[in-house]
Amino acid sequence: MIIGIPKESLSGERRVAATPKSVEQLKKLGFDVIIEKGAGEEASFTDKMYEASGAKVVSSDEAWSANLIYKVNAPDDAELKQIKDGSTLVSFIYPAQNPELVDKLSRKKINVLAMDMVPRISRAQALDALSSMANIGGYRAIIEASHNFGRFFTGQITAAGKVPPAKVLIIGAGVAGLAAIGTANSLGAIVRAFDTRLEVAEQIESMGGEFLKLDFPQDEDGSTSGGYAKVMSDEFIAAEMKLFAEQARDVDIIVTTALIPGKPAPKLISKEMIDTMKPGSVIVDMAAGAGGNCGYTVPGELFVTENGVKCIGYLDLASRLPGQSSEMYSTNLVNLTKLLSKEKDGNINIDLEDVVFRNMSVINDGDVLFPPPPISVTAAPAAQAAAPVPEAVKKEKKPSKAKYILAVVAVILLGLIGQTAPHELLGHFTVFALAIIVGYYVVWNVTHALHTPLMSVTNAISGIIIVGALLQIATDNMVVKVLAFIGVLIASINVIGGFTVTQRMLKMFSKE
Amino acid sequence: MSLGLLSAAYIIAGVLFVFALAGLSKQESARRGNKFGMVGMAIALVATILTIDPHAYVYILIAMVIGALIGTRVALKVEMTGMPELIASLHSLVGLAAVIVGYNTFIHILALGNMASLDSMLKIELTEIYLGVFIGGVTFTGSIVAFGKLRGIITSKALCLPGRNIMNLTAIILVLAGMVLFVIMGGNLIILAVMTVISFLLGLHLVAAIGGADMPVVISMLNSYSGWAAAAAGFMLSNDLLIITGALVGSSGAILSYIMCQAMNRSFISVILGGFGGTKQCAVDIDYGEYREMSIDEVAELLKNSKSIVITPGYGMAVAQAQYPVADITRKLRERGINVRFGIHPVAGRLPGHMNVLLAEAKVPYDIVLEMDEINEDFPDTDVVLVIGANDTVNPSAKEDPNSPIAGMPVLEVWKAQTVINFKRSMNPGYAGVQNPLFFKENSYMCFGDAKATVEEILKKI
Repeated sequence: MIIGIPKESLSGERRVAATPKSVEQLKKLGFDVIIEKGAGEEASFTDKMYEASGAKVVSSDEAWSANLIYKVNAPDDAELKQIKDGSTLVSFIYPAQNPELVDKLSRKKINVLAMDMVPRISRAQALDALSSMANIGGYRAIIEASHNFGRFFTGQITAAGKVPPAKVLIIGAGVAGLAAIGTANSLGAIVRAFDTRLEVAEQIESMGGEFLKLDFPQDEDGSTSGGYAKVMSDEFIAAEMKLFAEQARDVDIIVTTALIPGKPAPKLISKEMIDTMKPGSVIVDMAAGAGGNCGYTVPGELFVTENGVKCIGYLDLASRLPGQSSEMYSTNLVNLTKLLSKEKDGNINIDLEDVVFRNMSVINDGDVLFPPPPISVTAAPAAQAAAPVPEAVKKEKKPSKAKYILAVVAVILLGLIGQTAPHELLGHFTVFALAIIVGYYVVWNVTHALHTPLMSVTNAISGIIIVGALLQIATDNMVVKVLAFIGVLIASINVIGGFTVTQRMLKMFSKE
Repeated sequence: MSLGLLSAAYIIAGVLFVFALAGLSKQESARRGNKFGMVGMAIALVATILTIDPHAYVYILIAMVIGALIGTRVALKVEMTGMPELIASLHSLVGLAAVIVGYNTFIHILALGNMASLDSMLKIELTEIYLGVFIGGVTFTGSIVAFGKLRGIITSKALCLPGRNIMNLTAIILVLAGMVLFVIMGGNLIILAVMTVISFLLGLHLVAAIGGADMPVVISMLNSYSGWAAAAAGFMLSNDLLIITGALVGSSGAILSYIMCQAMNRSFISVILGGFGGTKQCAVDIDYGEYREMSIDEVAELLKNSKSIVITPGYGMAVAQAQYPVADITRKLRERGINVRFGIHPVAGRLPGHMNVLLAEAKVPYDIVLEMDEINEDFPDTDVVLVIGANDTVNPSAKEDPNSPIAGMPVLEVWKAQTVINFKRSMNPGYAGVQNPLFFKENSYMCFGDAKATVEEILKKI
């Protein structure tokens, strides 16, 4: 099968759906790749590089004539016309936000897989393009903020004066938010972060941010089964707003990433809050595409308020790192291809029984399959983990009972022996018991790697039975003498052989 | 030599033996530990010999020189892959020596009329002799069978005689009944001889019924028995040094058996009773899908382009003697700055710690040889795992399939790595007789052929 990679037509788009490396990987899976002339130029992948890795550079028309089309953005009307019936299109679609596009696509007899509809299950993580793009976007948001901030992020004490570190507030600790936290932290800023989902506090702290807790009496958790946040209660929102208003006065940079799937972005930072910010502060609104989290956001633009706060509403943050985002997106596509073509023979099979494909399929052979049935992920592991516990407890109880019974039997036996046996024997028993205990503690300390030498050395010392044979050799009885002779002989094989082989082995163990 | 001095010498020897085992807790102190053991043994021997009538020195000298010659020769000649056999054969010698000492004591007491004055004393001595000979006998033949299985002289499959548990039970009851009779009758050579034969047969049958995969448990179990046999001889002769040493060795072997059983998630009893558990089901033909092969060139290329590699060797590496080329590959890849490590399953090989010894022989630095628990978490961040002659220890059905005979056994979770390459001779299942779904996983590739030849080929390409 041939995979076509057209050049992105959306203005300002610098990404491309394949890199020379991904072309190689796709070819290994049995596909041929054709790529439109100049498709990778903006991302610094030249046509020559593609050719070198085995792709064919073709005209626009030819690229669109392929049976399998990999793209970044959804096709426009002109491009749509060029798609052949029976072919498969893979790109970002955002079906919930673009019902007209879905309608138009459904008029053709094609399959459409939306890269933005990859379910959030661990098996599908390798193709989750939203996460990989969000990661890049979060990084770029901080870089944009830093570019417009006009000051250091890190605090310094220099001969020319003391510079306080910048304070950065990140709202929404999804993939983008966490990436922004990490980036800001590595630039040296003081990073605070807020999220309605309490479970992410640990993740925020792991990236070097401080989790801001709401002053709110009841524990309301904003997690949903899909891993996204949900709409919160009014009281919760009031408390949240109070926190943001306080923070706005204090921080220099705000990055907002709050999105609720299928709904306009929540308004979190009002115009009044922004007006209280220090002049020169920067806001990056990563939710600008869904209407924005901030009052002043103009999608796609940098807006400067009257008191000098810069509001960045760029929609193409990931595209601003075209090389990186093309590489990650194309890797997502390669991973998708692996799932599509399990036989690695260059043919694809969209298996609608597979939850991944069911979720991603917006159109299948002209039928609209969006929206997919819901899948629940985050709840499942907890229930699974709970189940095996009682079993383990049961198992452990049994031997402990047996141990006690054994101990009691041993004590009674010892008592009986003590009753009848002479004093001398008990002395030997004392030695015996103590030696077992010493052996027990000493042997547990032996490192696993030395278990073989342990066996050979214990072998050598158990050759101490030679002492028994030695004591018997000096007798007049011929039978005893001969037997003792054999005993001494074989026991000395043990002693000498055991020690020698142990020494030989231990010599081999060496560190670099 | 005075009896007091002899006791002092024995105490010193006993303490030195404890130090010998304690030294093995760390690689750095291990060699010193072995020297302590040697010194202890020398002290004990010299002290004992000095108490003996000098007329017997000739015999002692001859016996010890012959023994020493054989011992040294064997110890220096043995291949590291043949360690399990050597250890098994050494165990059998201890067992035989215990039997001999037991008979000698019996003859000494009864035939020569050196009866204890007290009746209770005699009874105890007789019990000790009886037990000592019994344990020694089981150890002797059991070790011989283990040796044969490891050598391949005897089939390593578990021998499943009908009613084997009843046979074992009958043997034990007979032995117990014989002991009561033996003691009551005040010693009887026929009973002792019959019991010796039973103990030999029991040893044969016990080990014959245990499958090849359980060999690490068997070897450590026999190690333990040989210790108890020595301790029993110590009781017979009222010799504290023998008791101490026997107890040390006995508990050491018991702990090793316990560790091995833990590593296989099997109970000690079920290993001893033989077969792979009692619930062996007929192999259900499940369609595992198809496996994929990878050529030697591709493997070499893949290795060169990886950042992190883990090698998990198994008994197959020992059989093919592939440890040297494996070590060479490791060295070459490490020179390229690739992080190469080894993941060792506790029961890999036929002897506890077998793989460590082989890798050490090939001069793999021991700090990159890690235990299962140390490496299991790192598999998700590993680019390539090379599975060399391992099968059951990397079988995902232990984790995923509750009906599998090896369910619950801790395994190396190699399938979590990016790519797994399995070096194997054929698609035949491992010792547990279980098919391995690992080979059919998405990220898993087969590389068929003799492990040594394959690894050497790859070495040339890197």
